[in-house]
Amino acid sequence: MHSFNDIFETYNWDEVKASIYAKTGADVEKALSATKRTLEDFKALVSPAAAPYLEQMAQLSQQLTLKRFGKVIQMYVPLYLSNECSNICTYCGFSYDNKVRRKTLSPMEIMQEVAVIKAMGYEHVLLVTGEDNVTVHVEYFKKVLELIRPHFAHISMEVQPMDLEDYAQLTPYGLNTVLVYQETYHREDYKKHHPKGKKSNFKYRLETPDRLGQAGIHKMGLGVLIGLEDWRTDCFFTALHLHYLEKKYWQSKYSLSFPRLRPFSGGLEPKVEMNDRELVQLICAYRLFNEEVELSISTRESPHFRNNIIKLGITSISAGSKTNPGGYAVEPESLEQFEISDERSPADIAKVISQQGYEPVWKDWDNCLT
Amino acid sequence: MLKIADKTFSSRLFTGTGKFSSSALMEEALVASGSELVTVALKRVDVRNNEQDDLLIRLKYPHINLLPNTSGVRNAKEAIFAAQLAREALETNWIKLEIHPDPKYLMPDPIETLKATEELAKLGFVVLPYIHADPVLCKRLEDAGTAAVMPLGSPIGSNKGLKTIDFLEIIIAQSNVPVIIDAGIGSPSDAARALEIGADAVLVNTAIAVSGNPIRMATAFKIAVEAGRIAFEAKLASPVSHAVASSPLTSFLDA
Repeated sequence: MHSFNDIFETYNWDEVKASIYAKTGADVEKALSATKRTLEDFKALVSPAAAPYLEQMAQLSQQLTLKRFGKVIQMYVPLYLSNECSNICTYCGFSYDNKVRRKTLSPMEIMQEVAVIKAMGYEHVLLVTGEDNVTVHVEYFKKVLELIRPHFAHISMEVQPMDLEDYAQLTPYGLNTVLVYQETYHREDYKKHHPKGKKSNFKYRLETPDRLGQAGIHKMGLGVLIGLEDWRTDCFFTALHLHYLEKKYWQSKYSLSFPRLRPFSGGLEPKVEMNDRELVQLICAYRLFNEEVELSISTRESPHFRNNIIKLGITSISAGSKTNPGGYAVEPESLEQFEISDERSPADIAKVISQQGYEPVWKDWDNCLT
Repeated sequence: MLKIADKTFSSRLFTGTGKFSSSALMEEALVASGSELVTVALKRVDVRNNEQDDLLIRLKYPHINLLPNTSGVRNAKEAIFAAQLAREALETNWIKLEIHPDPKYLMPDPIETLKATEELAKLGFVVLPYIHADPVLCKRLEDAGTAAVMPLGSPIGSNKGLKTIDFLEIIIAQSNVPVIIDAGIGSPSDAARALEIGADAVLVNTAIAVSGNPIRMATAFKIAVEAGRIAFEAKLASPVSHAVASSPLTSFLDA
């Protein structure tokens, strides 16, 4: 089967990185004035040469986002179902070698969590698990979807990559969106960060969005974990991946996230630090490259940053998040995947959004439509 | 007055409800627009609890008719289901049929749209399909029982105006049902132009919702649509490429 891997293999990480860092002010100006921006333009926009043009990029990003999405911000919240995991990931609290108590929510516990999330006003939920095929497998997901589908208008999932047949089985149960982050597109570093478990198979993960597209998943989310490798190069590969997928699976919608590595139990120091200015540059670069993609910001970021990013190009935001199974109601002290930076309630965030002249939108999809 | 199916409208400006910075602002802008037909995305409405839905509460005016749309569906089957759901939840058999399998440019699928129109018309719906500016498709939709056609002026949300004007003129010339220009109208002058060439109405959302002052812009659109219609009814003077003197040199021959 033809997949993104075929395209990916024609690229060399070091050459791509060098070409990004070789971009000049003239390249950035060309990218800014283009009506349709190419992957080369994207390289210029994420390059160090674009730093002096940040305000121009932000203005343009705001305009393009307003035109396509208007003055609305989607609200979503994660629901962590399990912290069991058979992978070793050097940066994640759920890593197999992190010797802490593990938990997978039972149906009754899930409903206790759902009650709290619904009381916050949410209609969009993101189901999250570790990657343990023994406890959290396709049959478990079917049961969970069956259980919670009547309570939510839109259900997303961020779990282990699965086979095409599994995704096709889950769609009728109400699965709308699947998020699968590549973590890093640097093949060798990927191996270093994922030494054990099914996740160590770089190619299987890389080809997951292809399987999602073939299964007809309504929306898919891409991204890298910022901090593992050179973020400019990693994000170029994300843009390349998006570009490929949009052309091939033209009936799917796409979203991008830009999680920065956060502290967790057992912690890894980021190899690469990305400051706030650089994250704004990245968000704007994505928007200038792709006017239609949804851009999402999580509670990993600080309240100050999140307050100010609303107008710059993002389209969805989480709030009140707990990153541990049972965190909302059942077992608030269980193992978190990472520490959040913004602990404000959904109501507080909705207020911040409204004060900036935007509308927080709690429902923007309905399972009955698909 | 514009008549579509069993309803008459004194305003030829139809509006959408998306992209506003708040429901309150949406309400004020729509009231200012004078619009009597307002489309609302089914995916934004809490159909299970529509009495409490903030969007719907804001639209409860005696002069405002709701036009639920099927935005987000990807084929005829999903559209028919959504239409039935809308009929049940919102107690209207009017449906704006939007089938766009392409989430990037939101281009309407002509084949699925025709299939769904045939089926929905048989089921008693008043169907208003969003389509490309395709004159042949419009005739096929008429045969299928559509209540109106809604061709796009340019890509939806683009504010680029009437890029398809040559085709819109053909559609208007040969249509037996009302023609509503649906997408791409970016300014009041675009709307006026659409009415001047004989469109029966326009549907505007982004250009109002995303403007600097949606209430003022809604007012501007209201006036522009009225002006455009008056100009159409008054019959525009034709443009000519050669000089025509207002006092012809040969008029003495008629004396």
